[in-house]
Amino acid sequence: MIKEQTKLDIDNVDVFYGKKQAIFNVDLEIKKNQVTAFIGPSGCGKSTLLRCFNRMNDLIDICKVSGSILLDSVNILDKKLDLVRLRTKVGMVFQKPNPFPKSIYDNVAYGPKIHGLCEDISELDEVVEKSLKSAGLWNEVKDRLNEPGTGISGGQQQRLCIARAIATNPDVILMDEPCSALDPIATARVEELMQELKKNYTIIVVTHNMQQAARVSEKTAFFHLGHLIEFGNTEEIFTSPNEIKTQDYITGRFG
Amino acid sequence: MFDISLYFIFLLGLSSYYIGKNRAKKNINLITETGGLESHYGMYLVIWTILPAFIFYLIWSVISNYLIKEATLGSIPNDLLPNNLSMQKLFLDSIIVVAKGGSSLSKVPEISVAFYQNFAFYSTLGKSISTISISLISFFIFYKKIDSNVRAKNFLERIILVFLFISSIIAIMTTVGIILSLIVETTKFFQDVTIFEYFFGLLWSPQMALREGQVAAEGSFGAVPVFAGTFLITIIAMALAGPVGLFSAIYLSEYASKNTRKIVKPTIEVLAGVPTVVYGFFAALVVGPFIRRTSESFGLASSSESALAAGLVMGIMIIPFISSLSDDVINSVPQSLREASFGVGATKSETIKKVIIPAALPGIVAAFMLAISRAIGETMIVVMAAGLSAKLTANPLDSVTTVTVQIVTLLVGDHEFDSTKTMAAFALGMTLFAITLILNIYAIRVVKKYREKYD
Ligand SMILES: Nc1ncnc2c1ncn2[C@@H]1O[C@H](COP(=O)(O)OP(=O)(O)OP(=O)(O)O)[C@@H](O)[C@H]1O
Ligand SMILES: [Mg+2]
Repeated sequence: MIKEQTKLDIDNVDVFYGKKQAIFNVDLEIKKNQVTAFIGPSGCGKSTLLRCFNRMNDLIDICKVSGSILLDSVNILDKKLDLVRLRTKVGMVFQKPNPFPKSIYDNVAYGPKIHGLCEDISELDEVVEKSLKSAGLWNEVKDRLNEPGTGISGGQQQRLCIARAIATNPDVILMDEPCSALDPIATARVEELMQELKKNYTIIVVTHNMQQAARVSEKTAFFHLGHLIEFGNTEEIFTSPNEIKTQDYITGRFG
Repeated sequence: MFDISLYFIFLLGLSSYYIGKNRAKKNINLITETGGLESHYGMYLVIWTILPAFIFYLIWSVISNYLIKEATLGSIPNDLLPNNLSMQKLFLDSIIVVAKGGSSLSKVPEISVAFYQNFAFYSTLGKSISTISISLISFFIFYKKIDSNVRAKNFLERIILVFLFISSIIAIMTTVGIILSLIVETTKFFQDVTIFEYFFGLLWSPQMALREGQVAAEGSFGAVPVFAGTFLITIIAMALAGPVGLFSAIYLSEYASKNTRKIVKPTIEVLAGVPTVVYGFFAALVVGPFIRRTSESFGLASSSESALAAGLVMGIMIIPFISSLSDDVINSVPQSLREASFGVGATKSETIKKVIIPAALPGIVAAFMLAISRAIGETMIVVMAAGLSAKLTANPLDSVTTVTVQIVTLLVGDHEFDSTKTMAAFALGMTLFAITLILNIYAIRVVKKYREKYD
């Protein structure tokens, strides 16, 4: 196996919503080309931490983040950082599929268009096709690229959102409970897709589904009340956790 | 019209509330068996005491009013009766005026006056007596009925239903009536003036002869300049209100802090509450002269009445229609779409331009439609600031006239009610109504479609 490269180095991160602290002193290393799962009971701060990685928390006035998060050794918490660059490198897929009320094509082309990534239409067509193929959606929609993205099934919409995130050619893809609005079959498709995608991307996924975390991820981080309780190889976390809290949560005794 | 019997049944009705309630209280089984409340029986008795008697009163009034006129007409000595129908009517009116103690210029026959007074006296007497009797009788009948465990609650429900139904019927019938009268008068107008002349004629000068036989030029009814004026002013108004309203909506919903929004939004909405006549004199006394002075200093000919003055002030008036509605629709664009856009690295203005506005577009279009139909129908401002001359011009510094202004000038002043001039007002009104109706229907449909998408 190749030596694991660090993609994201999270060091001493605290997050506050106003006076209320949501994340306490978290240290974590996310490895390149792996799937890392964040698990933990509701309200423990998984989404909050995930949203630090593309500075989505900037949208919330009262949210303050401190510490350092290095993406390829650049501190992305730096105030002077170009958010546009960051967010093209760190794509995000949300809990509820949220395609734009535009055509399927325009949904995928949205990112490349605003960043001027493509020289001409044929190049844009290529990017759209490639992204949809990577998201495993191409065969289902190739004949109706001009139909609205809101008019396909929930599972297809979620894969469309993944294609949209891929289209700007990011390094990291953040997924916040990407399957919670999907049925088991659509979920299986997305999980398969994650396995496929990690060859080219680094994936961080928040999930409430223990089996899913066990199935898709190499590394798992368990959070409780804003603290990182345990972080390690998924196999170890699920078979022989060091912490009693982790054990309790995984076996469903609380949460 | 109001006489003692109405007061009587009203008072009886009032007291019957307490009487019915008391009655129900004494009947021990009633409440448990029927599941009603004591007050239901109070209301039950009130309705039965008042309603039948009141309806009887109304019917009697209508019938006797008709009969008294026919009979009085019959009582006029043959040699005094005019043979023209409308003259007969006038004559009858004078008799009635005299009978009621007034005076009339024309001489009226004593015998008819006395006849009318007699008829009226006995009719009123009979009406009062029978109204009061009916009220009393039905009061007693239904007072007794409370004993026999009648279900007052169900009865009240039905009465409420009927009442609501009648109210909505009244609203609908009024609308239908207005439309019908518009259509009828418009058809009459098109018997005098061809449809072609009206819709394509370029000259609007409705100065018809005021009296028959008076020599005067035929009126000309080409409505194009009038509608052109309306559209010119509407365009000016929208050119101001569209961008200002939309941009302030964007500012309010996307940039302003919660506190700013709480203050600014109601403040803008105040603009919609200012009486239009206030806008009117603002336009006529402030904006109009200002525009004239400014344009003269540029060497442009101008009058203080101009399309520009009226249009700008009207634009200010309709800003809140656009900003308030657009703000609502922009706010209802789901937050998840904003996050999705920011998530791929779009900036705030890109997100607004490429995602939020397109998503909210149907609603924004609807807001514009409503604002336009408001502008088209607006009267006061243009009457005061735009002028009266029906010129076909695209120069905003010129004075123009609008459909609504023409309707006002056609109907103000005295002339025969069925002259072509009067009916022209109906034709204009009808056309205006059709235009705003279409705009409104379209706007409502767009809004509905938009709602379905996000709810
Ligand atoms: N916008 C906000 N303003 C204030 N507090 C917030 C905000 N968002 C989250 N919080 C608080 O921060 C804490 C962590 O929330 P977060 O959404 O990160 O939890 P989570 O682990 O993602 O939960 P879930 O599994 O239910 O999604 C919670 O206590 C929550 O109440
Ligand atoms: Mg969450």
